[in-house]
Amino acid sequence: MWPTSSILLTTPRRWSRASENLTPDTIRLDGVEKSFGAVQALAGVDLVVAAGECLGLVGHNGAGKSTLMHVLSGNLSPSAGTIAVGGQTYERGWNAAVTQSQGVRCVFQELSLCPNLTVAENARIVHAALKGVGWKDRAARLIRDKLDEIFPGHGIDAADEIANLAIGKRQMAEIARAFTVTEGALRLVILDEPTSSLDAVTARQLLAYIRKETARGTSIILISHLLGEILSASDRIVVMKDGRKVADRLAAEFTRNSLVAAMGSEAREHRRGAVRKAAGDVLVSVQPEPDGGAPLEARRGEVIGLTGLAGHGQTRMLLRIFEGRGAEVKAASAFIAGDRQSDGVFNLWSIGRNITVRSLRALRGGGLIDLAAEARLSEVWKEKMAIRTTDTANNILTLSGGNQQKALFARALASDAAIILMDDPMRGVDIGTKQEVYAMIRAEAEKGRTFIWYTTEIEELTHCDRAYVFRNGPIVATLSALELTEEKVLEASFAEHAA
Amino acid sequence: MKAMLNKLARQPWIFSFAAALAVWLITIAHTGGQGAGAILTAALSFATFTIIVGLGQMMVITTGPGNVDLSIPATITLSGVVAMKVMDEDTGRLVIGVVAALGAASLVGVFNYALIRLLRIPPIIATLSSSFLILSTAISYGRGIRIKPPEPLAEFATARLVGIPVMSLAVLAISLMIGLVLARTLYGRSVLAVGQNSNAAWLAGLDVGRTRFVTYVLSALMAGVCGVLLSGFSRGAALNMGEEFLLASIATVVIGGTSVAGGRANVPGIWGAALFMYLLVTMLNTFGASAGVRLVLTGLMIIAVIVAAGGEEQR
Amino acid sequence: MNRRLLRQALPFLSLAIVLAATFYVQPRTMSYFGLNLMLQYAVPIALATVAQMFVITVNDLDLSIGPFVGLVSCIGATLLFENPSLGILALLSLVVLYGAVGALIHSRNLPSIVVTLGLSFVWAGIAVMILPSPGGKSPEWLKALMTFQMPVIPFPIIAAVMIGLVVQLALMHSSYGVIARGAGGNPKALSRAGWSMMNTKIAMYMLAGVFGVLSGLALLGLTTSGDAHVADRYTLYSIAGVILGGGEFIGGRVSPLGAVVGALTLALAGSFLIFLKISPDWQIGAQGAILIIVLALRALVTYGEQKR
Repeated sequence: MWPTSSILLTTPRRWSRASENLTPDTIRLDGVEKSFGAVQALAGVDLVVAAGECLGLVGHNGAGKSTLMHVLSGNLSPSAGTIAVGGQTYERGWNAAVTQSQGVRCVFQELSLCPNLTVAENARIVHAALKGVGWKDRAARLIRDKLDEIFPGHGIDAADEIANLAIGKRQMAEIARAFTVTEGALRLVILDEPTSSLDAVTARQLLAYIRKETARGTSIILISHLLGEILSASDRIVVMKDGRKVADRLAAEFTRNSLVAAMGSEAREHRRGAVRKAAGDVLVSVQPEPDGGAPLEARRGEVIGLTGLAGHGQTRMLLRIFEGRGAEVKAASAFIAGDRQSDGVFNLWSIGRNITVRSLRALRGGGLIDLAAEARLSEVWKEKMAIRTTDTANNILTLSGGNQQKALFARALASDAAIILMDDPMRGVDIGTKQEVYAMIRAEAEKGRTFIWYTTEIEELTHCDRAYVFRNGPIVATLSALELTEEKVLEASFAEHAA
Repeated sequence: MKAMLNKLARQPWIFSFAAALAVWLITIAHTGGQGAGAILTAALSFATFTIIVGLGQMMVITTGPGNVDLSIPATITLSGVVAMKVMDEDTGRLVIGVVAALGAASLVGVFNYALIRLLRIPPIIATLSSSFLILSTAISYGRGIRIKPPEPLAEFATARLVGIPVMSLAVLAISLMIGLVLARTLYGRSVLAVGQNSNAAWLAGLDVGRTRFVTYVLSALMAGVCGVLLSGFSRGAALNMGEEFLLASIATVVIGGTSVAGGRANVPGIWGAALFMYLLVTMLNTFGASAGVRLVLTGLMIIAVIVAAGGEEQR
Repeated sequence: MNRRLLRQALPFLSLAIVLAATFYVQPRTMSYFGLNLMLQYAVPIALATVAQMFVITVNDLDLSIGPFVGLVSCIGATLLFENPSLGILALLSLVVLYGAVGALIHSRNLPSIVVTLGLSFVWAGIAVMILPSPGGKSPEWLKALMTFQMPVIPFPIIAAVMIGLVVQLALMHSSYGVIARGAGGNPKALSRAGWSMMNTKIAMYMLAGVFGVLSGLALLGLTTSGDAHVADRYTLYSIAGVILGGGEFIGGRVSPLGAVVGALTLALAGSFLIFLKISPDWQIGAQGAILIIVLALRALVTYGEQKR
């Protein structure tokens, strides 16, 4: 019914190491630069993606990946350099409308769906061809077929309003939408942290689909902080640092360690053996809800992990503890959001004010906030968290994402809270920052603080004294540090689905 | 010095003062310098009322997108009527009259917030609906009355100190206090934080509900103060006395550089904007413009100022 | 009971209840002429409400629609009456002006509330210049149209239903309506997909202008003479109508049929209160009370929905 990518199907699969082997189906960037004021985000990037190739792209926050992707997708126009695609070379006039017509699609970290529209209507947004009589049925069929293909058993209806879907399903809908084709060829799909809200099963389905799609000749750029994902899914890996390409080699030539080394941060294996010490008194205890499950308990000085598939009740548990609703909480708590933009950062404020907002009560003297004490507090925590800024009076948005997240940690840790609740706070944070934060969490736990830490990354559980596995709401398993292995967590998360 | 000037030029409220100054200069250029001082004195007197309600509106708008108080005009009328009726031209009942008027105004604030919070009605509709009810109450309560204010109230509202209205000095004190509240108190910071991101504010341990509650009561209270002073100033309460303050309160807030998206308040800007709007009308009157021309130019000026001041910067 | 359905049905239920109450208080209204009389002013209000809804769809608010309707009635009673082609030209340029305002708001990222606040002065000013005091004459064809006697079903009902259905079809079911609502739901996503936010906003503002013109002409057909301040209340009515009809201020969630029904409810509430013979002092207050009650009901239903 629609012009499919039949031409592409016949394109032989090939992957090129460098810039030779150009075909019309290749996208090619030459000397692309992008500056924001004095800051050069991209300092001359050459990049070639061959047809049918999956290119892994890694780098720290601030390395220029996001800027590069925004340039590629036409949201930003480069300050210098050319972009060649489909036999045409663009020096200027490269914009979202052009990328759309050239078959370049992008799945961004922030969801690009309209929450007030249905899944099918969102498909219409990206397909100018879906119009006229019967467009709704065609849109529904298009997106349903693609969802079935990528995520069998997805449980999403094309008539569902996005706002009513869980975040994982929204991401699935968005990914599927990026791969739908109506008129014109699909050349390149950019996946920016596509699995960040997906659970293990759907993430695996996606990685399998990437193989299938590249075999049809579509090019894919995959950005992920999960190096395992990058190493297994990519044909070639490009490493970026400080707005430049610092490595560009076949994936097979990389190992986890060499990849991390190329990014400029050493990979350290953190394994804590047994429980360190006898923990203190119980600070938090949550009895299971009537529908079953195990109770949760957190003692002074403990680091408690909440795990399981994404969105299975972990955040709800954190909020229950935060509100003290149906939970016995014996000390003040502070919340560190994972979704910085919607739950964490105050955009109009300085870094300093963002840090001290949780401590304002303590900073009061005679009813008024002591500005000098406030400045001292933010300075102290800027140093402690190594937030990279010249001045805490700068606006919070002058920081890179990772440093913004550090400021949110500083907000919680600078407060009087004995219990720190963390809602998957390392989402999209670079490895260097992560290591610094892990060290801080350990140090603070030694001092007697309690951390309750929801994480989607199983590796992070190695920092925990105990972990609770959630499935469909309740806690289904309690794992002590000694039992904490990836297999155990997966086993508990998937017990029901095991065939 | 140059750095200071640069910093000054970047303040969002500077536009409104510059505009006010420009309009004033044009006016006195037209009159050949005649009545320059008198115009300023009058502007200070009349702008004072707009400033009072503007400050309340500013606090409400700062608590975040969608928050606005449309019940200000009705509340002004109600408090004016209550004050006049309770005082009943008796100087001895002055204090109790003020207390009654401000009490009635506070109740309006409580009612507004109850609608917003308990019934989850969007503030714009909630305060609109409540303004209908308040206005009916005021009409029914103050039906056909024409009571003069007690002499001390009228004197206070019109008194001058070396050409400066005493009332505007009192409002200056209120403005300074609100500025201090915003910068240095938990409540003030909460207003700014809630306005930027209420979810994040809640997760940062701030009391979002209480912050908004206090803000709506504060706005109603300011409208109450305006009502009492205005009935002293114009020698009695009238049922339409609040009418012009609906648009004026919103316009001063925005022209004054407060963010409509919330989270950024601007106290000096309220002064600049209120003076500007009054001086603008004065200028057009001096030019002998017809009612239609006056309206069109007022409108174009509001648009011009907001365009010149620039919109919200993109995130 | 499906609460989601109930919430969508709420605007219609509210209308039914107000209608039933009116019939109960004043049984004579339950007739062709009674309905005709009560609902004739619902047509211009419904048109103004739809105009407001277009602007709300893209997350803006139009505080100038009331004075704009007044201006149109003035132009209709003078220019359009005396020189039809010049009148049409004037009305068309108003629509274009509306689009230009949308472009200005979008390009400079200005707060629509303030710009349209300023605009309300401009419209009122022009109207006063054209017609300093109420007067002028409605073109005959307008009068004829608005007082058209339909067999069996009163014309205002047919007109309102038609308006609602046409806009419902265009905004909720056409492929371009999706783009308009998407612009309200997630403007960034829309521009990323290659759509022009600028064009979308201009289109929505121009549509608001078109429906504002229709509203002014419909009103003129009923009042038969122009008046700059005849529709000042329409700004608030139109906003209330959109919200009563289930719309939300942000996020591109609107309902054209609901908006028309909301406007009808408001118009009817006015007649109902007159029939109730309550003290004139409380008439406006009672209107506020009706608004609050309907919205409280909606809150109740929505709350139950979330709880489940």
